[in-house]
Amino acid sequence: MAGDAVKLLGAWPSPVVMRARIALNLKSVGYEFVEENLGNKSQLLLQSNPVHKKIPVLIHGDKPVCESLIIVQYIDEVWSSGPGILPSDPYDLATARFWAAYIDDKWFPSLTGIAKAQDDGAKKAAIEQVSEGLALLEDAFRKCSKGKTFFGGDRVGYLDIAFGCFLGWLRVTEKMNGVELISRSKTPQLAQWAERFCADPAVKDVMPETDKLAEFAKVLFAKFKNPPSQ
Amino acid sequence: MAEEEVRLFRTWSSPFALRAIWALELKGVPYENIFENLSSKSQLLLQYNPVHGKVPVLVHNGRAVCESLVVVEYIDETWTQNPLLPEDPLERATARFWAKFGDDKVMQSIWDLVQKGREEQEAGLAQAIESLQPLEEILKGKKFFGGEKIGFLDIALGWLSNLVPVFHEITGLKLIEEERFPLLSAWMKDFSGFPTIRETLPPHDKLVTKFRAQLEALRAKSRSQQ
Repeated sequence: MAGDAVKLLGAWPSPVVMRARIALNLKSVGYEFVEENLGNKSQLLLQSNPVHKKIPVLIHGDKPVCESLIIVQYIDEVWSSGPGILPSDPYDLATARFWAAYIDDKWFPSLTGIAKAQDDGAKKAAIEQVSEGLALLEDAFRKCSKGKTFFGGDRVGYLDIAFGCFLGWLRVTEKMNGVELISRSKTPQLAQWAERFCADPAVKDVMPETDKLAEFAKVLFAKFKNPPSQ
Repeated sequence: MAEEEVRLFRTWSSPFALRAIWALELKGVPYENIFENLSSKSQLLLQYNPVHGKVPVLVHNGRAVCESLVVVEYIDETWTQNPLLPEDPLERATARFWAKFGDDKVMQSIWDLVQKGREEQEAGLAQAIESLQPLEEILKGKKFFGGEKIGFLDIALGWLSNLVPVFHEITGLKLIEEERFPLLSAWMKDFSGFPTIRETLPPHDKLVTKFRAQLEALRAKSRSQQ
């Protein structure tokens, strides 16, 4: 089963697609990357994820797996002889899952809240919210890393992937709003971790360049501020 | 084996806490219930769940685990008798996918429906019914979502079996009609009637009273904001 062909449906700017790519890279699994045009989704995407019609979708053999964190767990379980991605201790795993859920449910929405803010007051409040979340994550890093390099310890793990995938968008947000969100002064541990994460061999080729992402973001955010008329 | 201390912070009605309870009960793990009053949270709860201050929190030998489905997976990994998740990675991914769908889509659309005023309920009902359709599909050929035995997905969706009848009564709308959802209707009875589960369910009438009051409070709040 581990030997079957692997296809990943995704798009280069998507942070959640990156999660699946990093996991496959960590396991040295070869795969075909299919770049989707989200304005014109492929038949394969619509068939493989009929419920949500979203990326990423991992197609292993002919079986689709959907939802980025579920895909990461699936990859870890199928290619079990490769380096472990999920923590092996149930308590550490529960902690990693807790923070991954926090990042998806609360923190990342607060980051996009900055782009969606309609005035300076709202923007300031959104930035404050993101910073509060980062303070929590700085603390989580201290606890999870136990003095080591990554949330997962000596190497990139589940929570590193869950959070690190958003670093490109975080840098774009900092650039476009002239703020520092992760910095050596405010979040020293996260600042160091971010550098190491982005430099990791499993990450560096799939993390988009900030400038390229910023260009893409300008187009996207223009749509938030001027939604197409009905 | 060292003495295990397992405490569960919960309320009498929280459907999320019930997930943890079902997992513990199905595995025969002894635990202590700690009932919280969410309008006056205990210091301990805030200490064990500083980020959200919510129930359930499972405290196992002094260490806290939060978020109901995270708690269920922790229980499954720690006490390995009567496994809740299947062994096959694809089946596990599928169970996790539908559990997330249940929370993000089904629960959301049902709660939206229940909160709506009479006039808007038609559209809300259609959406809620649409969200339930896939669940009917995946029950084909099975007694429980887990197959012959109650599993992770039954636990994740179990709130349907005791809350949908409550919402039927409060709204007068039939969300899960036996004709349209024969498998889901049968599953609701089988799940809530399963002895281990049945013993844990909060009383129906008490839930009706509670939700009526909660919905009234929400409506009063939105009226005062207009």
